[in-house]
Amino acid sequence: MRTFPIGGIHPSDEKAWSKDKAIEVMELPDEVAIQMTQHIGAPATPIVAKGDKVLTGQLIGEAAGFVSANIHSPISGTVTNVEIFPDGQGIRRQMVIIKREGDEWVESIDRSKEIKRECTLSPFEIINKIKSAGVVGMGGATFPTHVKLSIPDGQKAEILIINGVECEPYLTSDYRTMLERGEELLVGVEILMRALSVERAVIGIENNKPDAVAHLNKLIVGGNYRGISVMPLKMRYPQGGEKQLIAAVTGRQVPPPPALPISVGAVVCNASSAVAVYEAVQKNKPLIERVVTITGKNLMHTHNYLVRFGTSYKNFIEHAGGLPEGDVKILNGGPMMGRAVVELSAPLLKGCSGITIVSGREAVRRKEGTCIKCAKCVAACPMGLEPYLLAKLAQNKMWDRAEEHNTVECIECGCCSYTCPSNLPLLDHIRIGKQNVMANIRARAIKK
Amino acid sequence: MATKIFAAPSPHVHGGESTRRIMGDVLLALVPALAVSTYYFGLRVLMITAVSVAACVIFEYLIQRLLFRSRSTIGDLSAVVTGVLLAFNVPVGIPWWIVVVGALVAIGIGKMTFGGLGCNPFNPALTGRIFLLIAYPVQMTDWTTGVPDALSGSTLLNDVKTGAVSVSDCDFMDMFAGNMNGSMGEVGALALILGGIYLLWRKVITWHIPVSILGTMAIFAACTVMGEGGSLVYEFPLFHILAGGALLGAIFMATDYSTSPMTHKGMLIYGVCIGLLTMIIRLWGAYPEGMSFAIFIMNAATPLINKYCRPKRFGTKK
Repeated sequence: MRTFPIGGIHPSDEKAWSKDKAIEVMELPDEVAIQMTQHIGAPATPIVAKGDKVLTGQLIGEAAGFVSANIHSPISGTVTNVEIFPDGQGIRRQMVIIKREGDEWVESIDRSKEIKRECTLSPFEIINKIKSAGVVGMGGATFPTHVKLSIPDGQKAEILIINGVECEPYLTSDYRTMLERGEELLVGVEILMRALSVERAVIGIENNKPDAVAHLNKLIVGGNYRGISVMPLKMRYPQGGEKQLIAAVTGRQVPPPPALPISVGAVVCNASSAVAVYEAVQKNKPLIERVVTITGKNLMHTHNYLVRFGTSYKNFIEHAGGLPEGDVKILNGGPMMGRAVVELSAPLLKGCSGITIVSGREAVRRKEGTCIKCAKCVAACPMGLEPYLLAKLAQNKMWDRAEEHNTVECIECGCCSYTCPSNLPLLDHIRIGKQNVMANIRARAIKK
Repeated sequence: MATKIFAAPSPHVHGGESTRRIMGDVLLALVPALAVSTYYFGLRVLMITAVSVAACVIFEYLIQRLLFRSRSTIGDLSAVVTGVLLAFNVPVGIPWWIVVVGALVAIGIGKMTFGGLGCNPFNPALTGRIFLLIAYPVQMTDWTTGVPDALSGSTLLNDVKTGAVSVSDCDFMDMFAGNMNGSMGEVGALALILGGIYLLWRKVITWHIPVSILGTMAIFAACTVMGEGGSLVYEFPLFHILAGGALLGAIFMATDYSTSPMTHKGMLIYGVCIGLLTMIIRLWGAYPEGMSFAIFIMNAATPLINKYCRPKRFGTKK
């Protein structure tokens, strides 16, 4: 069984807490806050004002530039405010607040459950539809999908890789999506293949999800989906990282930046995003909801909910049964790469695949020791970097040397901090180093 | 009830590995060798080991509290490991106070001078041993005291080097079991190998350093025999691996984290050089045993090896 070539760790997958919970549709929130930055790139520009009536699926934020994404209203009602509010991390962002009145959808959206497979659109039309629906990478990085699909001149996509790895512990939203919406996923893959003009698509799934592999295989055979195959991958974190997944599936390594995955002929798309692509192209449905797992060891009830964006963390967590007793850490995402949420009134976004509740005891960091040069971080780094050195250079503010040692290639997977026997917060230091080095690189570019 | 909400950057979980656990594993891996040594050399082995460990721990504690005025880190067990390894590197008949001097050099000069765990350029236990070998050469090579009568007053390596014993006369089964003269911890090849397998299984060490050292020694020994037209092409390499401190050095001393290279490629270079140096000293040097000097020399080369042996970056050829 294949996997990526260097580094990696084997954290306990903790999927059992929520993997058997079927997707439930969450009750509509009475009020939503729609953040204009739910993607990487330029924030969308709000095109509604206080007092405007909006329908579910109506465009309310327009992409500001090529690398940006449209934002649609997830409910119908009245815009009560367009203002700056803190997001989950406490960073101030522009948001559109909408008070719900019923649930009236934009007419052009096809809400039937029926699978519509036939697609005769041209690649250009498909990409346009995806762009107007505001589809982004739903694995967490939220890179606008239409940008990924627009292959630069002179390069050619050879393979489409669907990321169903979900290597992050706890999270099960992609898994449930693959199990329950497999048919839509496969049609989405066909559409993406058409948009990219590729003959081959591989769905990469880690071998801790054998039923998802079996289910999709059955659907592929049953539906005669040509060129699509499922590849079980040996469980190892961070297999869901774009470069790691490409290497695992194709054996080809994307060269260091500025090279992009397309330089080895690969385009990667998340499994949930493929379903969103299906809905955007075949059903005219913009990205306004997604499956979000809520899980954790101390939770009474874990769920996989289909939630409209803009629902507040507070509302969502209360709906799922509330926070457990005692101190907690609330993570937007899983424990390896998720971000701690500090502002519970902030809204859920397109990139949120799950909320993991970690107990205070688990969350407290253990006392730092000194580096014993055990080289476990070097062995664990999936990018082949030297975390202990990058951390040290950052601590000593030696940005030039950190740049020489390629600190910007760090994907912030956290393997180094995870393995460190001295509990050193290696990634914390490396992040600081990365930011400074990138600032220096930008400054140099401007000077030129 | 007021529930506190924590926040911190990712990752939010830890693998559970700790310095203390690693050191504990090393100690556990040393237990079989200690048992074999006690079986052949008697209870004095335990006494010397206890003195060495106690001295190392106390010196580390005192230096940290009185000189550094910092929190003591003896809880990480690294001083205990140094103590056991130092004891393993002395003959059983050594006066106990010499061991205490060795512990002071090992911890005081070998480790704390440079800032403690992880900062020392040389293996502390080896620093102690080499100091003792130079300062107390008689006591450090006195193999007669407290040793069963059946054994001569010299190590096999010395006997073979001086020509008193031929390699073909050696009982390899005895050597394998540990029934031979030597420092406390270097006898008992089987016990040391078992310890090494445990460390590999627990992922405390990787195979690169021990295998490259022992492999280089074996190949070098075989080539020497063939070069000289000798007939013991298999026996001679085996003898060199089983005799002296080869196994103790390759498995437990050379693999010390802070004094060995960080990358697998670096580890192989380091191991091969240790193997070569050991054999050169053993065959043509003034001392019968060269393991500790070889490791010591390569400890010094480790920063250089680290500088030139970078890990393979993702997406690059090299």
